[in-house]
Amino acid sequence: MKRIGLDVGSTTIKCVVLDEQDNIVYSDYKRHLSRIAYMSKCLLDEISEKFPDEDMSIVISGSAGMGIANDMEIPFVQEVYATRTSVKKLIPGTDTVIELGGEDAKILFLSHGLEVRMNGSCAGGTGAFIDQMSTLMNITPDELNTLAKDHEKIYTIASRCGVFAKTDIQPLINQGARKEDIAASILYAVVNQTIGGLAQGREIEGNVLYLGGPLTFLSELRKSFDDVLKLTGTCPDNSLYYVALGAAMSRTEVVYNLKQMSDRISDYTSKSGYISCKPLFVSEEEYDTFVSRHSHDSDNIHETDTPADKMYLGIDAGSTTVKAVLCDEEGNIFFPSYQSNSGNPVPLIKSYLEELYKKFPDINIVSAAVTGYGEDIIRNAFHVDHGIVETIAHYTAAKKFKPDVDFIIDIGGQDIKCFKIHNGAIDNIFLNEACSSGCGSFLQTFAGALGYSMSDFAALAKTADKPVDLGSRCTVFMNSSVKQAQKDGASINNISAGLSISVVKNALYKVIRCASAESLGKNIVVQGGTFLNDSVLRAFEQEIGHDVIRPHISGLMGAYGAALYAMEKCGKTGHSTIATAKDLEVFTHDVKVISCNGCNNHCRLTINTFDNGRKFIAGNRCEKPLNLPNKSRHYDLYDYKYSLLKRYGTGNTSAYGSNDTDTRPTIGIPLVLNMYELLPFWYTLFDNLGFRVIVSPESNRKLYLDGQHTIPSDTVCFPAKLVHGHIEALLRENVDAIFYPCMSYNVDENLGDNHYNCPVVAYYPVVIDANVKSLKDTVFIKEFISIHNQKEFSKHFRKLMSNYGYNFQASVIKKAALAAYDEYNKHMKSIREKAGEFLDIARKENLPVIVLAGRPYHVDPEVNHSINKMICNLGAVVLTEDSLSWRETRFPTRVLNQWTYHSRMYAAAKFIAKDREPGVNMNLVQLVSFGCGVDAVTTDEARSIIERSGKIYTQIKIDEVSNMGAIKIRLRSLFSAAGL
Amino acid sequence: MKQSVTQERVEFTKAMKGEYTILAPDIFPMHMKLLEKVFALYGYKLDVLHYQGKKVIDTGLRYVHNDMCYPAICSIGQQLYALQCGDYDPHKVALIQFQTGGGCRASNYIKLLRKALNNMGMGYVPVISLSFSGMEKNSGFKLTPTMLYKGVMSVVYGDMLMLLRNQIKPYEVNAGETEDKVNKWVDILIGQFEHNKGLVGKGIMRNLRAIAEDFYNIERVSDIKTRVGIVGEIYVKYSPFGNNNLEKFLESQDCEVMVPGVLGFVQYCFHNVSMDYKLYGMNRYSRHVNRFAEKQAAKMEKRVISVLKEYPDLICPSTFEELTSLGDKVIDRGVKMGEGWLLPAEMVELIEKGFNNIVCAQPFGCLPNHIVGKGVIRTLKDLYPYSNVCPIDYDAGATKVNQENRIKLMLAVAREQ
Repeated sequence: MKRIGLDVGSTTIKCVVLDEQDNIVYSDYKRHLSRIAYMSKCLLDEISEKFPDEDMSIVISGSAGMGIANDMEIPFVQEVYATRTSVKKLIPGTDTVIELGGEDAKILFLSHGLEVRMNGSCAGGTGAFIDQMSTLMNITPDELNTLAKDHEKIYTIASRCGVFAKTDIQPLINQGARKEDIAASILYAVVNQTIGGLAQGREIEGNVLYLGGPLTFLSELRKSFDDVLKLTGTCPDNSLYYVALGAAMSRTEVVYNLKQMSDRISDYTSKSGYISCKPLFVSEEEYDTFVSRHSHDSDNIHETDTPADKMYLGIDAGSTTVKAVLCDEEGNIFFPSYQSNSGNPVPLIKSYLEELYKKFPDINIVSAAVTGYGEDIIRNAFHVDHGIVETIAHYTAAKKFKPDVDFIIDIGGQDIKCFKIHNGAIDNIFLNEACSSGCGSFLQTFAGALGYSMSDFAALAKTADKPVDLGSRCTVFMNSSVKQAQKDGASINNISAGLSISVVKNALYKVIRCASAESLGKNIVVQGGTFLNDSVLRAFEQEIGHDVIRPHISGLMGAYGAALYAMEKCGKTGHSTIATAKDLEVFTHDVKVISCNGCNNHCRLTINTFDNGRKFIAGNRCEKPLNLPNKSRHYDLYDYKYSLLKRYGTGNTSAYGSNDTDTRPTIGIPLVLNMYELLPFWYTLFDNLGFRVIVSPESNRKLYLDGQHTIPSDTVCFPAKLVHGHIEALLRENVDAIFYPCMSYNVDENLGDNHYNCPVVAYYPVVIDANVKSLKDTVFIKEFISIHNQKEFSKHFRKLMSNYGYNFQASVIKKAALAAYDEYNKHMKSIREKAGEFLDIARKENLPVIVLAGRPYHVDPEVNHSINKMICNLGAVVLTEDSLSWRETRFPTRVLNQWTYHSRMYAAAKFIAKDREPGVNMNLVQLVSFGCGVDAVTTDEARSIIERSGKIYTQIKIDEVSNMGAIKIRLRSLFSAAGL
Repeated sequence: MKQSVTQERVEFTKAMKGEYTILAPDIFPMHMKLLEKVFALYGYKLDVLHYQGKKVIDTGLRYVHNDMCYPAICSIGQQLYALQCGDYDPHKVALIQFQTGGGCRASNYIKLLRKALNNMGMGYVPVISLSFSGMEKNSGFKLTPTMLYKGVMSVVYGDMLMLLRNQIKPYEVNAGETEDKVNKWVDILIGQFEHNKGLVGKGIMRNLRAIAEDFYNIERVSDIKTRVGIVGEIYVKYSPFGNNNLEKFLESQDCEVMVPGVLGFVQYCFHNVSMDYKLYGMNRYSRHVNRFAEKQAAKMEKRVISVLKEYPDLICPSTFEELTSLGDKVIDRGVKMGEGWLLPAEMVELIEKGFNNIVCAQPFGCLPNHIVGKGVIRTLKDLYPYSNVCPIDYDAGATKVNQENRIKLMLAVAREQ
């Protein structure tokens, strides 16, 4: 009897037929475009045509196959299990299988105790991720593979989830990095995600097998895995079909008549329904009314075909598109252009200008401005007069359409920007955090995956009767929600409408976090390319319950705003410096990538060289590589705090005090999490007890990657993930013991109801102990201790040390503890005093102050990505939360105020809100580490403390890699809105 | 968005006591039915909310920070939905939240609930926090020692019923018989509670014996089912609303499920107070009260075990004391935030009792679970190579199909062993 194995994946359906001897007599794979039942039927028909009148067994597998298997009562095997069955049979001796699919990534460890790892709720590092990234670069995955062959460099790209990676890749594209290098970097990101996210402390070794679509089709991906794993894996014949093969090989007694089965399936509609929302339009008439209403949105702005005497140019070099437009003094629109940013905005703008000069040789451009991600490079390349923050550009444009606009929402390809307008100034800015961005391009990618063009896909939504309710969370989760809806029988129309609705909900409830639609405002202007999509616009109106204005140039608003801004700024006799037709003839653009060695960050610099040897450097986080004359001194408390730690030997471990005569026992302290504050304490304590203290080196990328393979939970915050690398570094120093205690409680500064550490800070040593295997050969002191009570401390510490064979007299400990407390207090005092100094300078020199409120470990440049320096470069003094919090006393908060570090944050916020330093313009920027659960509580509270005083609250989310471009927008907007 | 600020707490006054309905989220379905009656004994009208579905989640997401843990979204969502849907007069209800306190962000639920109420313009609704440590004062709500004791009793009965149902139901010959008995006993106990019976002294033993015997007499087949244990964050571990009917799903997959009882968690909370003294010299005085409570709970536990021991083919839970030493094999007992060391201890217990397949249910992004869930799996695997632990994330955005797919994989591996 022949056996059929059917593997229904997230995007494709694969089928094999085995004969009695396990030979493959038939195999095929198709994209199912979510028509699972139909495609299954087609496959069965083909099989029964090829083998007429043969009854066969059928077993289904695959993530999207469970529903149909259940409903049709066909045996089902879990897909990882199926893979394992086939690998065991076909390639015995395999130690590890790495299988990447459309939306799943799996590692199977077969030898030495079976372990199976699947990706969690995150679709990062999978086929879908590679597809998304290819779309972003405007190439196919195959082309991406070909490009990657010629790479020279690998960039760091966050691989955790597609959305994160996008925010890394976009700036690279905008800065003109080589496509070959980006392509290879994307594949490396997949490798890192698979190893970092799935291996979870287990080494990948022995005979490694590569399976699944991406690894079958992309030779360079296999090579990247080989490179990183330092071995040579094999990709066997039929590597696409292992799940289907395993299904076919699974034991089953049930035999089917294929004809009957095919008929049954064609009758089949999924039994379970799905949750739906209200349709976008209940009738044709409703749609017509909607269309005609919006046709009047832009009645006072016209397009002209001939340029006026004076023209103003605006360019918006956005993340996925490049837009340009000219306007006359009335604001009428001329020569608009909207192009996909297929990697590098420079040639697009060049050809735009060339075309403009060709068609209108006499055009008089009085002034020009550029905005968007590519602002810097375009400004440098073409001598654009002005640069403008995106937020201001959009506001300027929106005002033209609705002078009393009080809320603007812009959903572009990669990002959502919303701002409230209060008294004619931008009052409150919401930008999507890295986790939910990519809305517009998400729709596009989805349309592509389902085999539609974007506009066809959007049009489908109009007739949807029961749109799928996909929720409002991170877009990455939507992949699986859609999968579920498909399983439950949702039509493509309803999926399209559901996606539009979810984009809107995401913006409203995730980004803006509005409690009610009324709180948004009355006069709302929507813009951005995504709103050109009628179903998104309709979904938005339905969700907020009233009508909004969509300018007909919705996608061009950034550029139009820039043009209006250029007009505002031109002065009377102004003439634009923008490149002329002649300039363009000799225009050249070359890109080179180098590593900056100015500091430990080792930024990858992109050096753009234009004609005449003009240079533009991008990718830098500070001004060092630009070799500028030192304009002004930096008043940066982050820097100061970090440099204080150097006294204790950080960054200099092997050199520090290492002479052969030093026979003291060594104790290693990892410079991580709370140690950034407590190092002075522990260092002094151990020093006084006769230890030679070795502190782990400064964090850097390599140190992180060295420890990555032992991280058990890939959703924990980045500062915690870094601990693994620091421990590995200490182990290499051969210390006698490593001291990293668990601390439920923090110091008590009487600012809150309690003085806890967050669970991660408190107990991460437990995770380290359980997951870093190489620690087993070293003494690892991870005992519980608290320093908030000096008297109790000495007693408990003495006991703790004696557990490890270090016995001290009580008096010795007491004396050392005294010195330690003293050192800690001095350390904190010097931070506070420095803050006082800086405040005086700020007052004297009239400099704005930004309190960058975070936690002690945010001083690590690997964690804060030098945001402190960026703020200094914008001309402000940077202070820390702990340098001000001591000047407040405990006050009531609306949340439970029980973590020491966060109590400081509330206190600092209050300090700013109350303007405790008269004459100093202070603002708060809160740093939040991605994955910090506690900050779900603290950010809202800090925001409300700040906003009650009428000030602007700014939050910056940081992770392993962060999009510095978006952070810069946020900061510049704050500076612009607060009038700094 | 700017929000109105009410710093003043609305008290649950004496006058409200008889008149107001106290709304509680549905955390432990079995236990809460009994708890409702204990409250009634003391003159409180407690309603356990059973709203489920997307509308409840949406209400939660709307008023609670989206990144807040899923249990907050679910349980606060239920309460806010109750106020909005028209079933209750908002001016005649109070809300109650159970709270363990401690360094986990879950200790913020009360404050988050109040904040949400303010945002809804319902800041006048009183919120009662029910916690083991430092309760706020409400003149109309007093948790007296006897009431607390009876509350613990309903936990004991609830655990007992849960334990027996889980062991018997998969093997019952007559479908539905076990569930019927559960319902029957809940009714009997409620009847007793109404007359203040079955809550002290000999009545307890009589009940426990009768329950055990009644369940034991259910006719069973001698199949071998896949044994699966459930541990996790307290809400998603027990609440079917939180875990997408995890127990039902496992039952449908031909499994015998074991869920460690709630009493263990209660004892864990008491125990942590003593641990703080031991480790940091804190709670010098309050630890005595907690030590006493811990001992009382231990006594209760002994009774249950002594009854179950009479049926050698039933699995008997470990005592709390045993749990502490089981936990010591994998984690330090100083880890006390969230479910802390108890969660790994329960995993060890399950494995040693033959439930080496374990679903570890956790809210997406749960901080303690980085440590006590995913963090200890490596150690468990080293200690028990056959342990088959499957962490499952629960979240408003997570889909059932992914969760079930992962569990199916765990089961496939389990069935091979």
